[in-house]
Amino acid sequence: MFQDAGEVLMLLWRTFRALPCAWRQRRKVFEQLFEVGNASLLMACVLSLFIGGVLALQTGPVLAERGLSNFIGQVVGLSLCRELAPVMMAILVAGRVGSAWAAEIGSMTVYQEVDALRTMNIDPVRYLVLPRMIAIVVGLPVLVLFSVLVGWVGGAFIAYLNYQVGISFHAYFSSLRNGVDAWDVLHGMAKGAGFAVIIGIICCAQGLSTIGGPRGIGRTVTKAVVNSIAFILLLDYFFTRFLMLLD
Amino acid sequence: MDPCPPPDPNQRGIGLSVRGLCKSYDGHPVLEDINFEVRPGELFVIMGPSGSGKTVLLKHLIGLEQPDAGQICVGGVPVGSPEMLDRHRVAMVFQSGALLNSLTVGENVGLYLSEHRLKPPEEIRRIVAEKLALVGLKDVEDKMPSELSGGMRKRAALARALVMDPQLILYDEPTSELDPLIAVTIGEEILRLNRRMGVTSVVVTHERELAFGIAHRMAILFQGRLLALGTPEEVRASPHPEVQRFLQAGFHFDSPSEANQGAPHHEKHP
Repeated sequence: MFQDAGEVLMLLWRTFRALPCAWRQRRKVFEQLFEVGNASLLMACVLSLFIGGVLALQTGPVLAERGLSNFIGQVVGLSLCRELAPVMMAILVAGRVGSAWAAEIGSMTVYQEVDALRTMNIDPVRYLVLPRMIAIVVGLPVLVLFSVLVGWVGGAFIAYLNYQVGISFHAYFSSLRNGVDAWDVLHGMAKGAGFAVIIGIICCAQGLSTIGGPRGIGRTVTKAVVNSIAFILLLDYFFTRFLMLLD
Repeated sequence: MDPCPPPDPNQRGIGLSVRGLCKSYDGHPVLEDINFEVRPGELFVIMGPSGSGKTVLLKHLIGLEQPDAGQICVGGVPVGSPEMLDRHRVAMVFQSGALLNSLTVGENVGLYLSEHRLKPPEEIRRIVAEKLALVGLKDVEDKMPSELSGGMRKRAALARALVMDPQLILYDEPTSELDPLIAVTIGEEILRLNRRMGVTSVVVTHERELAFGIAHRMAILFQGRLLALGTPEEVRASPHPEVQRFLQAGFHFDSPSEANQGAPHHEKHP
């Protein structure tokens, strides 16, 4: 386990050192950015709409019972942008993009394509890892922002349509505006960037250390996704504490 | 004696030396005390049965594996040191071709030039077409590797190695899994490149016909040890029983008439 952690940290350091070559890899960055952002957009939209809705559905009646219906926008807004949107988007990207990266790099490792790069004096970190890391660190926070906006709308619809809550759009968004500021949204996006580093580096490291044939690739994908999600949930607490300190 | 003598500036190819190379995986020795030298411009063949450690040895020669003990020098520079691939152009043709499946054949062949920004894109396109034509491939630049046959993939991999204008080429089983016609073409290509360009070549194979046909010198590897080293004639004359067993192994079937005598008789029904 410590060896795995060491390898991941070494890879992170080597990726950081390769940053000056980022501009030369811009074509690959855009390709990966498309995978992280554009291709995940529909799924993110549907998920966020329902997360916002279910949040309003769960909290709305409880608040309404106590005569606090006007706070529903604030509760949904804050929960979404500080916690739910970054975590859910990170899990979505880990499952959709991280698994694909682990499988792709893993298969390149098994079928000697990574070795072929090394023999051509092309650093696999610069060629394979760096563009993916930049793409996910840029793409995931934007996806979080999108998820927050869609989630708010989902919450507004349920708050309006649900007979136990039944507040107007105007009242919902007024409450949201009173309770949520730009810093809260930035808080979520910063978390998204932190999760992006975790997903990217774990999935790339797993891919590069793949051994064996197709079964090895399967194991790599499973480990990459499970480890990513575990670390997202684990480090979420520490990120939250850190960002609260900045508050 | 200097373990890594400097290369001869008059030679295009570079030499390599292996001293006391040992490697084991999980306590199981795969290479034991390997010592040999390849002279600049030489075509050196490493032969041996499957599982004898040939590919592992080849990977050590280009730094894809780290030895447990011993030293390997390519062109006077220790393998594994950061400057080895900076100072010398060493190419490897993998057994599977190892073309990048996400790139077209043309992008694969020109990858070295485009990634190191050695030529402008138009020049890269011209060089790629030229090297592909050299190995007998035409109009495949825009195809994906998965659209090529095994032989074409190997030839494309050879073209990718040639683009580097190498001083040393390592071939891993270059004719395995190929039909005899393509295998002969590849064998001739290896020989032609060595003669015409003076590139030092190390070929790993278990095909005796190819090995004895192209080698200036050769080595026989068996269970991780070098059993014979020298010119093809010297290796053929080696008294080692395992070497002789490997060199003389062949199909010894009964003749068709003898086989028919042993075959079950079928009664003919009217």
